[in-house]
This record gives sequence, C-alpha cells and structure tokens, in this order.
Amino acid sequence: MTTGPTDQHAADPDERRSGTSTVRYVAGKVGGALVSLVFVVALGFFLFRMIPGDPLVTMTRERPTGPEQLAHLRERLGLDQPVWQQFLDYVGGLLQGDFGTSYMYRRPVGAMIAERVWPTLLLVGTATALAVVLGLWLGVRAAWRRGGLFDRTQTGITLALWSMPQFWLGLLLLIATQGVFPSRGMTSVDPPNGFVMQALDVGWHLTLPCLTLLLVIYAQYMLVMRSSLLEEMGADYLRTARAKGLRDDLVRRRHAVPNALLPTMTLIFLQFGMVVSGTVTVEAVFSWPGLGLLTYEALRGPDLPVLQGVFVILAGSVIVMNLVADLLYRVVDPRVRAS
Amino acid sequence: MSAPVWARRRAAAAQGWRRFRTNRGGLFGAAFIALLVAFSLLAPLLIDQDGLDVVSATGGSLEPPSGEYWLGTDESGRSVLLLTLWGARVSLLVGFAATLLSVVVGTLVGVVSAHFGGWISAVLMRITDFFLVLPALVLAAVLMAVLPKSMWTVIMAIGITSWPTTARLVRAQTLAVESRPYIERSKALGGGHTHIIGNHVLPSVLPLVFANTTLVVGGSIIAESTLAFLGMSGPEISWGSMLDRANQSGAVTAGAWWYLLPPGVAIVLVVLSFTLVGRALETVLDPRLKGDR
Repeated sequence: MTTGPTDQHAADPDERRSGTSTVRYVAGKVGGALVSLVFVVALGFFLFRMIPGDPLVTMTRERPTGPEQLAHLRERLGLDQPVWQQFLDYVGGLLQGDFGTSYMYRRPVGAMIAERVWPTLLLVGTATALAVVLGLWLGVRAAWRRGGLFDRTQTGITLALWSMPQFWLGLLLLIATQGVFPSRGMTSVDPPNGFVMQALDVGWHLTLPCLTLLLVIYAQYMLVMRSSLLEEMGADYLRTARAKGLRDDLVRRRHAVPNALLPTMTLIFLQFGMVVSGTVTVEAVFSWPGLGLLTYEALRGPDLPVLQGVFVILAGSVIVMNLVADLLYRVVDPRVRAS
Repeated sequence: MSAPVWARRRAAAAQGWRRFRTNRGGLFGAAFIALLVAFSLLAPLLIDQDGLDVVSATGGSLEPPSGEYWLGTDESGRSVLLLTLWGARVSLLVGFAATLLSVVVGTLVGVVSAHFGGWISAVLMRITDFFLVLPALVLAAVLMAVLPKSMWTVIMAIGITSWPTTARLVRAQTLAVESRPYIERSKALGGGHTHIIGNHVLPSVLPLVFANTTLVVGGSIIAESTLAFLGMSGPEISWGSMLDRANQSGAVTAGAWWYLLPPGVAIVLVVLSFTLVGRALETVLDPRLKGDR
C-alpha cells in the first residue's frame, strides 16, 4: 500500500548485480518464490482458523437451523475433523484445483473464481497497456526538458494522484460524468445483437473503470521512465550521437529511449501487486464483475471460503509476477548478466 | 551520555531546521498538519456532539449546501461539515498509530537483522520479502474480515502489513553504519550489542526513519479509508467510513457531490501534506537529492 515510487527498484539492483552465476541466480529466485507460495497457502489456511467463534454461527445467522442440520453441515464442510487433518485436506484440494464451497452461493469457489478471471484480465490488460504508453511518453517528455513547466506540472499531478484513495477517484469520475457512462456492470441489461455491437457495449462499460485504473498506475511508469532516461542522458554515447550531427529528437528516439526502456519493462510485472489492490476498489465502485468485485462481495458477506480462495489466487499471482520480473530483468539487460 | 554529544546533536538539528525552512512545500505541509492535530485534540470542546448522532439529527436527507448546513447533509440528516471535522480524529489517530506500529516493527527487524547477521538475518529477510510482495490491501482486508471490527484491529491490520519497506531501509542504513571503523573501535573497547545499537546505530538511523515515517502516515490514512470503503472498519466516524456510507446510500447516483467531496478532499490535503514534509525531510537529510526529484 505504501510502497513508494522507486522503493522496489532501489532495493533490487545490488541483488541483481551480485556475481552469482545465472543458474544460481535463477534457482535462488525460483526457490524464494516457492517458499513464498508455501507461506501464502499456509497463511491462507491459518488466518481463517483465527476467527473467534464458530463459522457455522456466521453462516446460519439469518436462518433458523436445527441441531441435526448443523451437525450435517459441520460434517460436510469438514469442520468436525482435527485442524491438521483439515489442513492436509485443504492443501490436497488446492493441488486439485478444489478451493472449497462458497457459504453464500453453495457453489464451488474454484468455478466462481474461474468465471471472474476474464473480466479482470480485460480491465487490467487494457489499463496497463494504456498506462505503459501514456507513462513512457510523459516520462520521456518530462526528462528531456527536465525542470521545465511540463516536468513540474507532471510532478504536481503525480503527487496529487498519489494522495488520493483510488476508489474516491472512481466515485468522482462517476459523479462528474453523471450518467454519460454506465455506472455498473460489464454489459447492458439488454445487450445488443452482433459481435461488433456487443464489443462496443463492453467498451462503453469499460471506459470509466479503465480510466480510473489508468490514472492510478500510469505515474509509476512515468517516474521510472523519467529517472531512467535522466540517468542515460549524461552518457557519452549520446554526446557522440549529437556530435555526429544527429537531430535532437533522433538522438532521443534512436539512442536514449531504447536503453532507458529496460527498467520499465520489468515494472509491468513488479507493479502487479498495486494493480491487484487497484482492481479490488475500482471493481467495487463500478460493479465490474471480476475478481476484485468477488473479493469485495466476499468481504461484505463475509463469505470466508471465497475470500480464502481469492486471497491465495491474488497473492500467488503477485509472487509469480515478481519472479517473472526478476528473471526477465536478467534476460533483457545483458549488462546485468556480464557483471 | 555526555553533554558534548547532545550539544552536537542540537546543533545538527538546528541546521536541519534551517534547511527545512527553505522548503516551502514542506513548511506548508507541516503547518497544516500541526493545525489539524491541534484542532482534532480540541474538537470535543468545539463541536456539539449531538449533531453527530443519527437520532438527534435535524436536517433532511441529502440536502444540498445551505445557510444552515454549509456542506449539506448526509443520508440521515447530519451536517457533512461537522462529520468531516469530527472524522479527522479517527483518520489521524489510525494514521499515526498504525505508522507507529509499522515503524517500530520495521526498525526492530531492520536493525536486528543487520546487526546480528547470519541465520537470524536470513530468516528475517525471508519474512520481510514475503510481506513486501504480498498485496498489502488484500491481506489487511482479510485480517479485518476474520477479526472483530474495531478501530484497534484496523490499526493492527495496517501496521502489520506496511512495515517491510521500513525494515529494508533500516537494514541498509544499519549495514552502512556498522561497516564504519568507529564501530570496530567501539567493539574493540568492549562495547556490547546494546551499547553499539543504542549509542551508535540508532542515533544515525533514526533521522532517516523519521523522514520515512511521515511518508508512511500518508499511506496509512489512505489504507484506512480504503479498508473503510470495503466495509472493514469500526463504528467510528472517519473520512473513509463517510465515503463508504455515501457510496452505500446512493449519494453518487443522487449527484450529492457535497457528501462525496469534503471527506475525499480532506484525505488528499492531509496525505499531500505528509508527503511534502517527508520529501522535504529527505532533502534535509540528503542534500544530493535536491532538485533531482
């Protein structure tokens, strides 16, 4: 939540540059990620056993339930087993893709998660693609005229966006556009005919959530691109490029920007944790039917099996994305491998 | 500790303040925070708390701003202005308390792992990396879902999900300090762990921790509002819980901007102030940063 703009990058280079061989590096990173995944699974189990009181009481709060029904439920949910047996069943189930059964909907959690993945991927994918383009473009402009009006305005806007809760930004956009864009869901109640019209309908619903998420995540790309380009700008090869008579924007496009792009490539994966929190709030505001909204509904319930499943999936995917970033960094930047 | 040491520290602090004073953003932020903290402490004396009660509220539901209610009313007829002013108390308290927890844990983990090294360090850093990677908001929300909902569990949930950055920072700084020759000299003269950590490491690490702290407070206030928006908060009035109720009561579709804007603007102003102060402090501690960010 509070990770600053450059923290992750500031912490990593020393590790990356350490003189271990590629094999040891990859093995270390993969091993670390596996340990984290095991932690997540264990945390996912034991967190939900900390609950004071009986989960059955929570489940049956609104319905009068007889003692026989309670005993039957207890047996079906495995709550009559000792804790270690429950843990083994849980891990075994996870390995087979069985995430348990929702309290509220009496449906398998795995299936509920699976049908919510695509809307989230659509939202996150579109917003990330736009954020990369916008962030890189703004970052290059800000760095090239460092300290100029554009640079200072951008820094100001970034600071303001940073100080804003994401959901509030979404609510503001909703109230500012008052009914111009749909305020909930992914499709109209009565969807139009034909693939093109349906795609347009989804795009229409996508506009505001995507814009909110975009505003939340583009700044990171801008800042990293800006500082990475600033670092390159003192380099000798740029002076050489200028000395041979290249125009300013060609120096920028052909020489400076490609080199400065490297750190931003891994950022796409490093940022995933932030994107995940972003989707929870943004999907909650716009009722976008993805994993974030599922989390929100499970929190409100509370529907603990769903929450447990979503937690393991979200945390697990952030760990995997971080691993990808670590490995990718070594592949794309030969300088890291050589040193 | 001897008097010259304190004289030197006082001089360093005075010089730091002189440098801080030249930073307009930092100064504005510090003044705003000081005013708001003073107001929040005095609020019970200045504000008639009857107006905060749903039962005794006199206004209509979601009334726009008027002469009587400068910022309109909420869905139960309470003055939004009054609620926003009162909400500062919980938002600030949660922000400060969660930060305190987070910074204490982070500093402890950072110093211990850097000072003792070996397997202690390996284990502590493994745990830190794990928490650094976890999506903090999701973990905090899950914690709130399984624990009884109160202001104190909110503080705990935010505190124990936000310490890893501090731990990383403190560890790096401690390692840098401990590699200096005067630490070796101190060890050779028989200085124990407590002496070295208390007299040498902490004094040089704490200024940095302080700068970091102001940044953490802003993050904690945003985290509180986000958790409250997800329904994970105590019954107290905070800016986050106001926004949650605004959203739940349909203030957005009703176009009740007066209910939505004040708490949000308050959050932005406070968080911005803490960020400005934090950046100014970083510049004071590390003059090389000046103009570079």
